[in-house]
Amino acid sequence: MAKRDLIDITDLSVDEIDGLLDLADDMTAEPEKYYNSCAHRKLAALFYEPSTRTRLSFESAMLELGGDVIGFSDAMSSSASKGESVSDTMRVVSCYADIIALRHPKEGAALVAAGAATVPVINAGDGGHFHPTQTLADLLTIRREKRRLSDLRIGFCGDLKFGRTVHSLIAALMRYEGIEITLISPDELKLPEYIKDEMSASGVKWTETGDLEKAMPDLDILYMTRVQMERFFNEEDYIRLRDTYVLDCGKLAAAKKDMIIMHPLPRVNEISVEIDPDPRAKYFDQVKNGKDVRKALILKLLGKEGETR
Amino acid sequence: MNIDGVTTGIVLDHIQAGKSMTIYNLLGLDKLDCSVAVIQNVRSEKYGKKDVIKIDCIIDLDFDVLGYIDPHITVNIVRDGKLEKKSHLALPKELVNVIQCKNPRCITSTEHSIDQRFRLMDEETRTYRCEYCDTTHVE
Repeated sequence: MAKRDLIDITDLSVDEIDGLLDLADDMTAEPEKYYNSCAHRKLAALFYEPSTRTRLSFESAMLELGGDVIGFSDAMSSSASKGESVSDTMRVVSCYADIIALRHPKEGAALVAAGAATVPVINAGDGGHFHPTQTLADLLTIRREKRRLSDLRIGFCGDLKFGRTVHSLIAALMRYEGIEITLISPDELKLPEYIKDEMSASGVKWTETGDLEKAMPDLDILYMTRVQMERFFNEEDYIRLRDTYVLDCGKLAAAKKDMIIMHPLPRVNEISVEIDPDPRAKYFDQVKNGKDVRKALILKLLGKEGETR
Repeated sequence: MNIDGVTTGIVLDHIQAGKSMTIYNLLGLDKLDCSVAVIQNVRSEKYGKKDVIKIDCIIDLDFDVLGYIDPHITVNIVRDGKLEKKSHLALPKELVNVIQCKNPRCITSTEHSIDQRFRLMDEETRTYRCEYCDTTHVE
């Protein structure tokens, strides 16, 4: 059987995504069924740039499945520091591990890795490009909280230009019925035109505004994002834009009682800590859901989906 | 100005005036043993001016390179003095090692062993997108 990789969220069909979310739910309900699902299997977590959540999430996921983890969390401690190519590293690691999770600062690195590795490759973030497992975490969170992935009004707020999690989640949601999207951002950080064209072509209703408070009352989901300092060429622009949107209790007063607040984390100032105790704040649930769905993904890509004990 | 006709070889006709040397270099015609004539600013009823390249032997041509540089080029294969085949080009759906990604954050900027791959997104605006990082390339 040909190996499967996950580079872009659209590598998975809607049915496959629904299947993964079902599997993640079952793993949460009856974790003991999966304790040895990946016994004697190894995940190589190859992180060429810093990560807290994603790396620990993959490692926890594999350990909870009874497997082992090898890898590195810094490119300088790998042969990349000696000039080894990504392709060569993947060929080498394929000799040791059964599956690879790769985080790399270069856009497209995961696609190159998938072409070179003989074992499944999961894109754990390639620069500002894709982050499909964050999208799976987001979808699981939405389904667990709203009980559906269709007929939803979602507001994306903040840096919609460089936010890879926003681009991936929109790509995933476009395939469900009745999705309405409100884009809330300053002019400088608007969603790229090609994604707007794709939304229009797929029949998604979308609007664009700079006014978070005005958009708030209609939303079922508010997806906040961080303005990323590393994307700016000058600090002045970053400082000017970073606090454009700060969600606090005052602004949240206009929201529906069952609206949920999501954020891929880490946050800086865009969500006030006073929001954290609010039952609508789901950003830490996303972290937990991320681990659950990564467990499901590892099992699927290892071809062990139907095997439990 | 007289340039001998090709008996067995290839004539690239209707090249946009000024682009013949780009094609000469990209196709590596300098490496051929046979005669190659690059004729610039030939009078053309259709285009006003055009370039023509005559190659005095039959070689494998990279039609993607030609089609990308100028989709209006016609390729004439001549054998024993007779026109054997005339091909009209189109903008290629995929480009491999024809253009380079300009995104400094793209993996192709550091992983030099891999092909530069682009796919056509919009024929009208000649927009291509990098296969690896999705950066658009418009000429």
